[in-house]
Order: sequence, then C-alpha cells, then structure tokens
Amino acid sequence: MKDKDIVLHPRIVRITHWTWAIGVLLLLGSGLRIYNSEPLFDFYIPTWMTIGGSNEAANKLHNDFGLAGALLWHFAAMWLLIGSLLVFTVWGFVTGHFRKKYLPISAREVLSNATDFLHGRLAHDIGVRNAVQKLLYAFAIVAMLLMLLSGLVLWKPVQFHELGLLMGQYEGARYVHFFGMIGIVLFLAVHIALTLLVPKVLLPMITGRAPPRAASDMPGERP
Amino acid sequence: MTTGIERRLREGGLGKGDVANLERRLFLRHGLSFGALTLLSGCDVVTNTGPVDRFLRMISGFNDGVQAALFRANKLAPTFPASMVAPEFRFNAQYGLDSVPVLNPATWRLTASGLVANKQAWTLEQLQALPQRADITRHVCVEGWSMIGQWGGVPLRTFLERVGADLSARYVGFYCDDPISYTTSIDMASALHPQTILCLTYAGKPIEPKFGAPMRVKIPTKLGFKQPKFVTEIRVTNDYPAGYWENYGYNWFAGL
Repeated sequence: MKDKDIVLHPRIVRITHWTWAIGVLLLLGSGLRIYNSEPLFDFYIPTWMTIGGSNEAANKLHNDFGLAGALLWHFAAMWLLIGSLLVFTVWGFVTGHFRKKYLPISAREVLSNATDFLHGRLAHDIGVRNAVQKLLYAFAIVAMLLMLLSGLVLWKPVQFHELGLLMGQYEGARYVHFFGMIGIVLFLAVHIALTLLVPKVLLPMITGRAPPRAASDMPGERP
Repeated sequence: MTTGIERRLREGGLGKGDVANLERRLFLRHGLSFGALTLLSGCDVVTNTGPVDRFLRMISGFNDGVQAALFRANKLAPTFPASMVAPEFRFNAQYGLDSVPVLNPATWRLTASGLVANKQAWTLEQLQALPQRADITRHVCVEGWSMIGQWGGVPLRTFLERVGADLSARYVGFYCDDPISYTTSIDMASALHPQTILCLTYAGKPIEPKFGAPMRVKIPTKLGFKQPKFVTEIRVTNDYPAGYWENYGYNWFAGL
C-alpha cells in the first residue's frame, strides 16, 4: 500500500516546514513579551499569550518583567527560522521548485481563481499551485523578508546601519518588525483556515504521502 | 535581592526609612504581575536550573560569538545633528530617582585593576585633563526604546593605554558605587572602539547624578545596560567577569 502512495512533499520540505512553524510560534510568543516591555502602541499583549518563562519568578528575583527569558527564547528561535529558510531556499532554487511552482503569477489567473473560490469551486490539482495560493505564499515571503531585515536592524543597528537607512533606522525598524509580524499572523490565519477547510492536506505535510485517489485533488509536489 | 540591597544601603549610610521605601516600591512593582499566567511557565529561565534554561543560555553564549564576529572595530555608530539631541534624557535604573547616589566629585576616585601596570587611583581632574571626544549617537535600551544624546569624555582606549593595560586581555569589567553595586563587562575589542568613552559630559555639561555622575561609561556600539553609571573601578582580566543583568540571563555581548 505504502509503495503505491504518492509522495506529495519531499522530506526536506516537511522538515523545514515544521521547523519554520515551531520557530515562528516561539518568535511570535517571545516577541510579544518583548513588545510589552516597551509597547509601540497604546496597548499591551496579555501575558498568557507571551513566551519567556515565568515572569512571576523573574519579578521576585530581580524586579524584571520576564524580558530576559523572552529575549533568550527570541534569539534562540531565530536560528530555527534562519536555518529552515536557508535550507528551503537553497533547495528551492537548486531543484527548480520555486520556478516550477510559483511562476508566473498573473492578475487574470488570481481574479479568476478568487471568483472560483468565492463560488466554492476552486480545484485542487496535484502538483499545481492555484494563483491564490501563489499570491498567499508570495505575501508570506515578503512579510518574512521584512521580518528578517528589520530584525537585523533591531539586533545590530550599528553594524547594519546602511540597511537601517531603508526603514527609518532603529525606530523605523521597530514599526516594520511589528507590521511584518502582523503580516505573518494574517498569513498563518489564512493558511490554517484553508487547512481546516481541506483537512486532508494536513497529513501529507507530516507523512509526505497520500493515497493516489486523495492526492489527485491536493496541492503539493509530484514525485 | 532585597536583603542584599538593604545591607548595602545600610552600609552606605541610608536609614531604615529609605530601605522600607525601596522595599515598598519593589513590592508594588512585583505585585503588578502576580497571578499572570505564562506559556512555558515550567521553563524558569531566571534561576538557571532546568535543562531548557541551560540550553537557552548556551545558545546565548553562541550568539556572543556570532556578535563578536559581526563587530567591526572601525565601524562607527551613526552620528546625528545637534538639533536631534534629547534635552531631557530618560532616566532608567533598577532603583528609583529617590535612591540615586550623589557622589562627591572632589573625593571620587577611579581605580584600574587586574592586568594593568599602574593601579594608582585617578581623580576627576586627571580624567578631564586627558584628550576628550564627544559623539551624538543613539542610545538603545534592551527594553526597546532609544534616544539620541551627546556624550563626551575620555576614550576608554586612551585610559587603558595610560594605565598600561594588557590590551590583549579578553575582558574589561566595570564596578559601580550605586545602591545595587552594579557591575557589567565587555569584550576588549569593544573597549578599544573609538567611540567607547569614560563619559563626563552630556550636551557639553557635566553629567547629572541620575545619569551616573561624575563618570559613567558610554558605548554607542552596545545596549544601554552595558554602559554603567557611577563607575569607580575598571578591571582588565581574562576571567569572564559577567555582570548584574547578565547573571539574570540577558545576553552578555549585547552589541549593536
């Protein structure tokens, strides 16, 4: 049976996908705790949504709000993200995955796909990204790029000063990093919502495989 | 920690009222987050006990190395026009304004210790007589805020050369005469950076007590907590000197 299954996602895609997912969740939770130490806007993030260890223990010990723990998580999790993106990007270019799956994106195709989607009749063809998917991933890539670049400027505003000039230096980078985060969260919301609408796409991202019949209307990689 | 502060405050000649006041303020700040639930609350990163904490601190140590590699000795922190200097700088310390020490500039002394040839104490006048430089740079706090200011003083490199320091040593540690006996330490490369100074002035005037008078260290290539106030001892050493916030898990290199 196993042998007859179709490989939708190569192992490298699955490993980098879930490494990226864990990295993003850790960065998001710890990032929100870091946001709380000096909020950009007139609101705080509820502590239960943040990551960084027990801030009660932190308070008792050194009159701090659990920022040290959040920073430790943030600057550890960034390596999960950098590592998975690096491996996936190199693999994607070398194997031609990006060229085959994502280009070109045409406005007409996007509109026609969006109309189909709204009428509940968007097809999932194996190995083919529809235009809405392409656009969503393009959006995620842009948001991720903004996060990486603004993150570098926030981490190293002196060493990456020239990069900082593109985004209003340190203070501007704080806004780019915040709205980039919102972009990632929006992407995740749509990405997860679509997975819930078509739940059979979830298992192949873990096992890599699907029975031929189920695979026939699933987005993914052909062997 | 409070008892430690209490002891040092008493040794410093402060009365029980001051201590009780400080304790009350600390209690109020602690109280703000009591009952808060936290994801991953099992990972108590501040006591450095569990395996997760040890792992995270190990990564933080790895990040020290990455930052040292990214650091360029001649890359200057960006400077700004005088019109951008904040007239009233933000006060930020582990203690409140009411606990700021007022050190007497006439009796204040700075000692160089560790791997230095000359351990003779320096007076403020002697430091003022050394070559000075001033830069208008951005001060970035680990909490996330930043402000532009103009800090002037003696390049730390000049001072280290005058005291005959071993410039091949790994660390420079700073020790402070304040209510929490603050300490921090930096790598030698950052200590020798041209903009790293023993800061004596802000916007052309002597720095105020709340900003560490008579001398604080200013390092535009480091986060704020690496720039200690009320410094009275500078130690050159090859033994990792750690620091006050570093011991609570804040990254040691903390470079910008």
